[in-house]
Amino acid sequence: MADENLVDKTATDIGEPTVSEPGMPQLDFTTWDNQIFWLVMALIATYFILSRVALPRIGGVLAERQGTISNDIAAAEDLKAKAVDAEAAYDKALVDARSEAGRIVAEAKAEIQADLNVAIAKADEEIAAKSAESEKAIAEIRAGALESVKEVAKDTAKEIVAAMGGKADAKTVNAAVTARMKG
Amino acid sequence: MAGDAKGGDELVFKPMDQFKVEPFFGSGDVAWYTISNATVWMALAVLCIFALLVLGSSKRSIVPSRIQSIAELAYGFIHKMVEDICGKEGLKYFPYIMTLFMFIVFSNFLGLIPTAFTPTSHIAVTVIMAMAVFLTVTILGFVKHGAGFLSVFWISSAPLALRPILALIEVISYFVRPVSHSIRLAGNMMAGHAVIKVFAAFAPLVLISTGIGLVVTPLSIIAITAIYALEVLVSFIQAYVFTILTCVYLKDALHPHH
Amino acid sequence: MEGDIVQMGAYVGAGLACTGMGGAAVGVGHVVGNFLSGALRNPSAAAGQTATMFIGIAFAEALGIFSFLVALLLMFAV
Repeated sequence: MADENLVDKTATDIGEPTVSEPGMPQLDFTTWDNQIFWLVMALIATYFILSRVALPRIGGVLAERQGTISNDIAAAEDLKAKAVDAEAAYDKALVDARSEAGRIVAEAKAEIQADLNVAIAKADEEIAAKSAESEKAIAEIRAGALESVKEVAKDTAKEIVAAMGGKADAKTVNAAVTARMKG
Repeated sequence: MAGDAKGGDELVFKPMDQFKVEPFFGSGDVAWYTISNATVWMALAVLCIFALLVLGSSKRSIVPSRIQSIAELAYGFIHKMVEDICGKEGLKYFPYIMTLFMFIVFSNFLGLIPTAFTPTSHIAVTVIMAMAVFLTVTILGFVKHGAGFLSVFWISSAPLALRPILALIEVISYFVRPVSHSIRLAGNMMAGHAVIKVFAAFAPLVLISTGIGLVVTPLSIIAITAIYALEVLVSFIQAYVFTILTCVYLKDALHPHH
Repeated sequence: MEGDIVQMGAYVGAGLACTGMGGAAVGVGHVVGNFLSGALRNPSAAAGQTATMFIGIAFAEALGIFSFLVALLLMFAV
């Protein structure tokens, strides 16, 4: 552009030949070919670095990570399903065990009850036998006691009659005592 | 303004000197093959891209390291942008767009290092990139759709009477695209760096006049910090904007029918 | 002398060109403000439209950058 004119003009106007004033360096077209050449070189280098090495590699890493993540998620879901299954199985086992235990308890109870009933029946029988025996014994004792009372009363009556001075024959006294005891 | 330096006792305003293209080794003229400072910083940008995207991902680990996750973040960011805007068939051009994005973003960020040179602040650089996008889009559109690509200018949803006027506006805006596309990036970079440089020129005022300098110097240093932070943001946003506009233009070539 | 007047004109023109940046600032503020008010009404739709917002910002800002460029050209290249 008008760079050289500008340099001359400002230099003479200000009167300082030591200070050079190139204007805007961006508009200094003598450096454009240099910049353009090296820019094209740099862009081509960058393009090849990116398209041949960097981008396929990073894209591969990202895809691989995506794959790994989805695989892991699938595996995690599998494991979760397994865990749910296991929990269901555990619950079922627990329920089974509980009902089994209940059954066993009921059985044991029934058995015990049966044993108990038998034992009670036996005990009842024994008690009944014993009490019958005892009643018999009591009845015997009572009968014996009545007999004894009769004997004692006859003897006492004979003795009293004898003591009174009367003559008493055994048959009459006995009949009188027996009649009196009955009365 | 830039030529006002008169010796050690004055403030030196040379905000545009940082954009000078000079030979990196020695001095002299800049021929097309010379290794200039622009060359060096472009090469550094390429090296950084290599380090981030190739060395960073060299382990291919399923659980990424920090550098690898940054590389993956950049990949996913651009990949999603291309896919969202251009659709599935746009993914064929993903390496091309990724190249532009990574180169611009690294040039911008490396340019923020003090004393660095910013290749993207030069119109020469951005014009080449924008023209590359423009030519790619135009040629691709005609190759894919033939004359049907011209329907991008014919807005069929507008009333019939308005269509010729709209077509004229569309054609003009189509050809302004590479201009705005390139000037936006270069202008943003240039403006931010020049502003930092202007504030930096005020910073040594305390050495010249202590009275005003005690106020101005801290203020200018705070201003440099603030503008620098803004520039970090702008560096990324401009790279993003350049890339997203590339995607939008590419979408026109792939699906010209509105 | 003539050069001085030309230079003065160039500098004044550069200053005037900078007013264009104010317009760009208004434009960008308008875009973001409207985006935000829309986004607060329907936050679920906001995420998908951020890219559109940035495109709008870019278009609004491009014109401000043009005025900046004109200023720079007047300062350094005329």
